[in-house]
Amino acid sequence: MHPTRRKRMIIVLFILAGAGLALGLVLVGLGENVNMFYPPEDVVSGKAPVETNIRAGGMVLEGSWQRDGQTLNNEFVLTDRVDAQFPVRYSGILPDLFREGQGVIVEGQLNARGTFEAERVLAKHDENYMPPELAGMGEAAQE
Amino acid sequence: MIIELGHFAMVLTLGLAVLTALFGISAGRGPFAAGLRSVPSLVVGQLVFTALAFATLAHAFLEDDFSVRYVAENSNTLLPEIYKFTAVWGGHEGSFLLWALIMTVWMCAVTLRGGHLPERFRAQVLGVMGLMNVGFVAFLLFTSNPFERLVPFTPSDGSDLNPLLQDFGMIIHPPMLYVGYVGFSVAFAFAIAALLSGRLDAAWARWSRPWTNAAWGFLTLGIALGSWWAYYELGWGGWWFWDPVENASFMPWLIGTALVHSLAATEKRGVFKSWTLLLAIAAFSLSLLGGFIVRSGVLTSVHAFAVDPERGAFILIFLMIVVGGSLLLYAVRAWQLAGRATFEPSSRDFFLLINNVLFTVALVVVLAGTLAPIVYEAITGGKISVGKPYFDMIFVPLMLLLAAALAVSPPLNWKRTGFARIRARLGIATASAVVISLAAFLFIESEVPWQSLAALALAIWVVAGHVQDLVLRVRGSRLPGLAYWGMFAAHLGFAVSLTGVALTVALTEERDLVMSPGQVVEHGGWQVTFEGMSSVRGPNYIAERGTFRVAQNGANLMLTPEKRRYSSGGSIMTEAAIDPGLFRDLYISLGDPLDGESRAVRLHFKPFVRWIWFGALLMTLGGFVAVLDRRYRRVKSPAVQAVPEPAS
Repeated sequence: MHPTRRKRMIIVLFILAGAGLALGLVLVGLGENVNMFYPPEDVVSGKAPVETNIRAGGMVLEGSWQRDGQTLNNEFVLTDRVDAQFPVRYSGILPDLFREGQGVIVEGQLNARGTFEAERVLAKHDENYMPPELAGMGEAAQE
Repeated sequence: MIIELGHFAMVLTLGLAVLTALFGISAGRGPFAAGLRSVPSLVVGQLVFTALAFATLAHAFLEDDFSVRYVAENSNTLLPEIYKFTAVWGGHEGSFLLWALIMTVWMCAVTLRGGHLPERFRAQVLGVMGLMNVGFVAFLLFTSNPFERLVPFTPSDGSDLNPLLQDFGMIIHPPMLYVGYVGFSVAFAFAIAALLSGRLDAAWARWSRPWTNAAWGFLTLGIALGSWWAYYELGWGGWWFWDPVENASFMPWLIGTALVHSLAATEKRGVFKSWTLLLAIAAFSLSLLGGFIVRSGVLTSVHAFAVDPERGAFILIFLMIVVGGSLLLYAVRAWQLAGRATFEPSSRDFFLLINNVLFTVALVVVLAGTLAPIVYEAITGGKISVGKPYFDMIFVPLMLLLAAALAVSPPLNWKRTGFARIRARLGIATASAVVISLAAFLFIESEVPWQSLAALALAIWVVAGHVQDLVLRVRGSRLPGLAYWGMFAAHLGFAVSLTGVALTVALTEERDLVMSPGQVVEHGGWQVTFEGMSSVRGPNYIAERGTFRVAQNGANLMLTPEKRRYSSGGSIMTEAAIDPGLFRDLYISLGDPLDGESRAVRLHFKPFVRWIWFGALLMTLGGFVAVLDRRYRRVKSPAVQAVPEPAS
């Protein structure tokens, strides 16, 4: 084969290999590591899988946040402000902007009794900011 | 009145940018031929007026002019002077003004430092950049105007700058990042000008290289500063979160790194020409995509910019025009640019190809992970998130492969390299890397994942190989030029960062616990004593301060993390206390108050975490040093002539 053409073949093969590698990695990676997000109604209705890593979110129900004064254990209730709500348990330090009435996202697993065992709790850094996943919940409440 | 002057100055800038684009891109042909000579003055005019607009906004901040909406939203009479100035780019509108200002500075730099370029070619480069600036300034004026007034309902005080941004790291992080993002517009403009003129030779690549290196250096610095800031300011002690906004800055960096390397091959060997152009287009497009992700709020992120769908739509349309237009031009013209050179797998050319494939695959992985939630929601309406496990799983092996390829590369020649040469110039390094790695493995007592061990060994191999190469070159006939030293520093930086990541991930000890005053705990070999809480008053906040005594082998130090409540808005901020060290950081932050005097406390012991940023600084330094190489300062290259007529 002509050297120029051979070089081009090498490049083309490399690009194809690269593209295939990238595609494969992405598909396998996404297949194994995607967290689905579930709003409160899905958690309550049983649509959210049990004992699987998922994300859920909602507003922290006023008056629901209970903290054990001796340990880092917290319990609170997340609601969509319509009718669905579920309890969350979390052991650790909550973010600065965690407070009642705020929208938060929790990552972890739902147990068989319907309590969400959170491994991470995310609240946003800006008081006026609403996580996109929770957008619409505030409006739904006003209807 | 002054702020209206600023507004007017930006309108003038828009006009000048339109003229720059028209005169520059037509490059002395067609109906606008007469404008060619005026391009440099139009560029200077844009810089002057944008700087003026920036100054008027800064003035409004320093004078507490809360009749300006943007000032009222991002400042406060109690804000310290320095933060009043930096608040100019603390919000969306002002940060875009900074972006536009930096764009005009780059254009001016090309005008001043590009004296050796053929006049028409330079005019085309400036014209393309002018066209981009038309988009930026129009975006500023029509969707994000910082000069808007709040009359007649002028508030008596402003609502304050987000406390997270009242910090040194935040003062310099966005400007550096923007200098990098916008700097890729120079490489982009060079690529478009090359496509328009049909000229892409070694001289073209030599002209592009210093600009690309400089932009890449600034972007590296900007990303490192952002990571460092997140580490000490967000209070969780992490240094990278794979957050969409972080990814937004990382994607242009990945492709920019590929571009820096492929430009080397294009200049020296005339290979990968059209691929280099594609990378230049991609690097700038990804910078714009980053802007879209940050500004449009389509993705959940820790970065809470005010979100406005109109802005997102504007950037998306602009992005589609830029990407679509340049790819169309590319499709029409790039096939004429085929190179003739050949090379074998044992060549530097081939290893640069490996570099490019790996960085491009890394980009695809990050891009897919970042955009997957948007795509998924558009198709199914459901919501997903792609987190750290996905990125870690794929990124770690890619970086290990990259490190392995880098370790082998120092002795390689262009075109082909004999095995004897590789053995002669890499043998000692390889042997010593094996010995040092084994010694290091024995030294590490705790259980460490194989990825970290592999990364550590590869990093040592990279350093050893580069050092042996350096020694051989210095002993040889002549001292290598600055471009070589830049490459050396950047590759060393990669190895240092890799070591930092590998060891931090493997050896970090972190613990959340409850501590009451007087209690002592053992953490990372240190004795941490909680002495108690006190109250402190800052300029615009009140803080609860915890006092911790930390002791080890007679060394004794005090760490005082704080929980601050800012007087305006009442937002609460965790201010971590860190004892930095070359080999380890001690990091303490406060959680909530619990029963009695006890307190939730977060303790981190992070070995080698500084190496991550130190390595990035070395990479930055490498990028800048390479820019100063003598080759790029030659007055006129013999190949310079008028730009040939485009082939029809």
